[in-house]
Amino acid sequence: MIPTSFDYRRASSIEDALNLLASTRGKILAGGHSLVPLMKVRLSEPSVLIDIARIPGLSGIRETGGAIEIGACTTHHAVATAPLINDRCPMLAEAAGSIGDPQVRNRGTLGGSLAHGDPSADYPAAMLALDATIQLQGPNGARAVPATDFFQGVFTVDLAPDELIVGVRFTPVRTAAYARLRQRASHFAIVGVAASLDVAGTAIRSARIGITGAGPSATRLTTVESALTGKPATAATVAEAAALATLDDVNSDLHGSEEYRRAMIPVFTRRALEGALARV
Amino acid sequence: MATTPVLPKLVGERVKRREDPRLIQGRGTYVDDVKVAGMRHLAFKRSDIAHGRITSIDTSAAEAMEGVEAVFTGAQIAALLAPMPIGTPFPSPEHRAVAVDVVRYAGEAVAVVAASDRYVARDAADAIVVNYEPLPVVVDTELAMTGKPVVIHEAFPNNLAVPLVPSGTGVTPDGKVDDSAVDRAFAQAEVVISQRMFNQRLVPNAMEPRGVVAHYEPGKNTMTIWSSTQNPHILRTMIAAMTGMGQDQVRAIAPEVGGGFGAKINIYPEEYVAAVVSKQLGLPVKWIEDRSEAFVATTHGRDIIAYVDIAANRDGRVLGLKMRLIADIGAYNMLLTAAIPTLTMLMANATYDIPAIRTTLTEVFTNKTPTDAYRGAGRPEATYFVERAMSMLAAELKMDPAELRRKNFIGRDKFPYQTQMGAVYDSGDYEKALDLALEKSGWKSLIAERDAARAEGRLVGLGLAMYVEVCGLGPSSSLPTGGWEHAQVTIERDGRISATTGASPHGQGNETTFAQMLADQFSIPFDHVTIVHGDTAVVKQGIGTFGSRSQAVGGTAIHLAGGKVKTKMAKFAAALLEAHEEDIVFADGRLSVKGVPAMGKTFAEVAAYAYVPVPLPPGLEPGLSDEAFFEPANNTYPFGCHISMLEIDKDTGEPRLLKFVAVDDAGNLVNPLIVEGQIHGGLAQGIGQAMIEEAVYNEDGQLLTGSFMDYAMPRAIDFPRFELHATVTPTPVNPLGAKGVGEAGTLGSTPSIVSAAVDALSGFGVKHLDMALRPEKLWRIIQGGQA
Repeated sequence: MIPTSFDYRRASSIEDALNLLASTRGKILAGGHSLVPLMKVRLSEPSVLIDIARIPGLSGIRETGGAIEIGACTTHHAVATAPLINDRCPMLAEAAGSIGDPQVRNRGTLGGSLAHGDPSADYPAAMLALDATIQLQGPNGARAVPATDFFQGVFTVDLAPDELIVGVRFTPVRTAAYARLRQRASHFAIVGVAASLDVAGTAIRSARIGITGAGPSATRLTTVESALTGKPATAATVAEAAALATLDDVNSDLHGSEEYRRAMIPVFTRRALEGALARV
Repeated sequence: MATTPVLPKLVGERVKRREDPRLIQGRGTYVDDVKVAGMRHLAFKRSDIAHGRITSIDTSAAEAMEGVEAVFTGAQIAALLAPMPIGTPFPSPEHRAVAVDVVRYAGEAVAVVAASDRYVARDAADAIVVNYEPLPVVVDTELAMTGKPVVIHEAFPNNLAVPLVPSGTGVTPDGKVDDSAVDRAFAQAEVVISQRMFNQRLVPNAMEPRGVVAHYEPGKNTMTIWSSTQNPHILRTMIAAMTGMGQDQVRAIAPEVGGGFGAKINIYPEEYVAAVVSKQLGLPVKWIEDRSEAFVATTHGRDIIAYVDIAANRDGRVLGLKMRLIADIGAYNMLLTAAIPTLTMLMANATYDIPAIRTTLTEVFTNKTPTDAYRGAGRPEATYFVERAMSMLAAELKMDPAELRRKNFIGRDKFPYQTQMGAVYDSGDYEKALDLALEKSGWKSLIAERDAARAEGRLVGLGLAMYVEVCGLGPSSSLPTGGWEHAQVTIERDGRISATTGASPHGQGNETTFAQMLADQFSIPFDHVTIVHGDTAVVKQGIGTFGSRSQAVGGTAIHLAGGKVKTKMAKFAAALLEAHEEDIVFADGRLSVKGVPAMGKTFAEVAAYAYVPVPLPPGLEPGLSDEAFFEPANNTYPFGCHISMLEIDKDTGEPRLLKFVAVDDAGNLVNPLIVEGQIHGGLAQGIGQAMIEEAVYNEDGQLLTGSFMDYAMPRAIDFPRFELHATVTPTPVNPLGAKGVGEAGTLGSTPSIVSAAVDALSGFGVKHLDMALRPEKLWRIIQGGQA
C-alpha cells in the first residue's frame, strides 16, 4: 500500500504543533491507526504530517482534584491496563481494551480516535457516558468541549483544522459498564453502549448512556436515561428502560442491516446497564 | 550388552521447527528483500469496473513523470507475450496477462508501469487514464448460466466454461452415462433428503502477498526470477515456455514464502509480465503485490453450489447420493481452475460405502476474480456437502449422527477400496477414528450437557463430521507436471549432509522433518543436516508443494536418495574396515562392523575417504551424492473425525465455539508437533470459513469485502483450545507410511461447525444453514423471520 508523497514534521511541543498546523495545514499524526490506513489506500492524501507522539506531557493518565485527565497521545493499551482506570472507572478500561487487537491498542491513541470521529469507534460512547470534556488547544488558546457537543456526525467532530486535542477530563464513575457487538472483520462496534449509573442507596439518581456504531455518530440515549432516573436500581428497572433504547438514524451495511442494528440497540443497552448495576 | 544410543531417534519426535527462529525474528529473506542493482519497480493499473470494453488508454501523463522508465498497455504486452496458458485439458477462452480490449473483473490489469521506485510507479499508474464502455455485469452464478444479462466470453454460450461433466456409478471413461443404478437406489429409498448448499467464495489471504523479481541478463541470455510461489520448478517451466527461452536459461527461486494456501501454485500474469518487461528493457524489475491488490488479483477459493440428494432406508443405510455441482470460476481459467471442482466429484464417496452415486459438474464464468486452488481445493467442498447431507439424514431419522455414519462406513477390511468415483482409497479405519473422537470428546456427556443447556433455554448444538481427502499428489498420470518428487542427498567431505528437495516448503516445516529423517537414516546429529529448497539452480528437479504432498512424496524421495548414498557409503566403510558391506552398521555418528563396535570409523572419516579414495575400492566412483525421483503408485487418503460444540447467543445470533475435538489420521507422523501446527492452521481456516469468512460481491461486480475491515479473518480469540488426537493408519503407497496433513484441518471442521449450528437452532425448524454463520442470519431465524 503506497501512499502519495508527503512531508513529515515532528512537533516538539504543543505550541510547535499548533504553529506547524497553522503554517502547513497538515494532518496531525499520533498513533497513525486511523490516518495511515486511509493514506495507504490513498483515501487521504495529506501533504504534511505533524507527528505529536513525542510531545512531552501529551500522554499519561493522572488524577487531579477528583477528576481524571488522560493525555491525547495515551495509547488504548495504557488506558485499558492503568490501575487508576481499572479501579476508579473500569468501564473505560473495558472500552479501551475492546478496541481492535493488541497491535492496534499498543499504537492507537485516545486523541487520535476522538479526532477521527469514526461512527463505530468505542471511545466516543464512553466519553458521552462519563460526561467527559475534550480539551483542545488552538491558536486562540484552550477550549473545553463537552463530549455531548463534540461528536457531530459521520467523521465530523467539533475540532477546527488549526486545533489539537490535548486530552480529556472526566469524573470517574465506578458504576458504569461497556457492552458491544463487534464487527467480525474490523472488530469495530456494530453497536456499542456505555452506561453510567449514579446510584444512591437503592435508587438510581441519574444515568448517562452513550451509544456508538449504530448511528451516524456517537450520541446519548436520553430517553433511557430519563426512564432510569429515580427508579430502583434493579434488573427489572434496567430491562424496562433498555427496551426504550432507540435512535432516529441507524446505519446499515454488510455487517448489520438497519433492522438488526435497531434490534441490537436495546440488547446492548440492557447489557451495559446490567454491567453497571453489577458494580453498584 | 546393548549400549544406549548416543543419538536420539528423531522421527516421530516433537522437534521444534528450525525455520522458526529466523522467521519470527525478521531474519528471513522474502521476495521484497531481494534487491538487484539497477532494478526498476512495476505497478499495475487495474480495472475498477467488473466488465467493460476499453475505449481508450492515455498513458502520456504517466510516461512524462520523472523516474518512469516505460509504460506498457495490454496491446503492447500482447506483442511480447502469448495468452495465458492453463494446466488443465478443458477448453478455455483467450486470457491476456494485461487486458487488451475487454476487462472482465474488477482488478484485472490494463497497463503496467516500470519506474525508478515503487512510489513513482504507483503515482504513474494512477495517472493513466482509461475509458471504458461499460458492459452488463453478471455475478450470480445460476443467473450467469442462463446467458443473462451477458455472455462474458463469446465462444462460451450461457457462460458455461465446462457444460456438464458426469461422474460416478454407471459412467464409463468415455462419458457414457447409465443412470439405472442411481435411479433404482432413489426409487427404493424410504427417505430422500434434498438440499441446495453453498460453499462460499473465500480470499486466501496469505500473510505475505505475492511478489516477483525478474532479472534478464542480456549478456548471458539468462533469466533469474524470484517469486513468492509454491512451485519454483513449475514457474521455471512456464516462464521458459512463455519467454521463448530454454529451461536451462531460466532460474526460478522461491525464497521465504509467507504462506500460499494453494493460491501460489498458479503462475500469474504479473510473473509473466515481469519476465517479458525485464527482457524487453534489459533491466531487472520488481513487483510486490499490495494487500488491496491481493484481494482482487490473487485467485480466490471455493464458490461451489451443490444440489445434494441423499437416499436411505429408515434404518440409516444410505442407498444413493446425487450431487449436482455448479462451480463459479470467475472471469477466466487460471492454471488449475477447471480441475479443482473435479476433486469435489472425486471425493463424493466420502468415508461411506454408498452403492450408487451420481455427480455432475458445471463450471461457470462470472465477472469475478478467477478461482483456483485454496487449502483443500475441492475436497473440503465434497466433505461439506456429503457430511451436511449425512447430518441432515441423521436429524431426519432421529439417529445419533455418529451411529448413522458408523452404519455406512467403508469397513476397515475393505482396503484398498475402489470408490464409485474412481478413486482407490489406500488404507483406512474410519470407525477407529470415530470411536476415538467420541471417547476423547466425551460425546455422551456432551449430549447431556447440550440437553441441560437447552433446558435452561440456551441454544447449544453439537456437530460431528468425518472426512477423507486425497493427498500425496501424484502419480504422474494425474498431474500434467508429473506427479513425482525429486531429492538429492550429498554427504559432504566433512561428514555433514546437504540435501535438496523439489518440494518447496512455505510453512510446512520440511527443513526440520527431512533433517529428522536423514539424521536418523545415517545416525548423525540433526544439526549436521541442511535441507535446501526453492532454487532451480541448486535443486535439480522438482514439482513443488501442494495437495499435502511434500512429506508423502518429497519426504519419500529424500528417504530413497538417502538410501542410495547410504549403500555407497557402506561400501567405502567396508573397504576401510576390511569388512563385508552388509556388516556395516551406522550408529551414533560412526560406521562400524556389526558385533564389533570398536572396529569402526567416524562418519566424517568415511566421508573424507570417499572424496580422497586412496585406494579407490574396485567398482566405486569417488564421492557420496545421489538422487531419487519418487513416483507414488497412488495417492494417499488421510481421514479423521471432527466434533464441535457451539452456542448461539439468543439475543444477538452470535455463534461461539465452545469446544473442538479433532482426530486426524495422517498415517505415520515424522513430527507430531509440526503436524499439530498444520492442523491448527487448517482448523483456523475451516472454522473461519464456517463462521466468518466470505467474499461478497455487489451486483456491479465490486468486491465489498476487499479489505480486512470487511473480510473477516479468524483470530485466536475466535477459537477455543483445539483438542487434537490421532489414530495412525500407515499408507502402503510409500515406504514412510506418511499420508500428508497440510489441508486436513479445513475438511472436517466446516461441516462439523455448521451441523452444530443447525443442531443449536433445530428448535426453530432449521435443517440447514449456508456459511458463513453471520450473527444477523442466525438472529433472524431466532426471531422467527425464517424457519
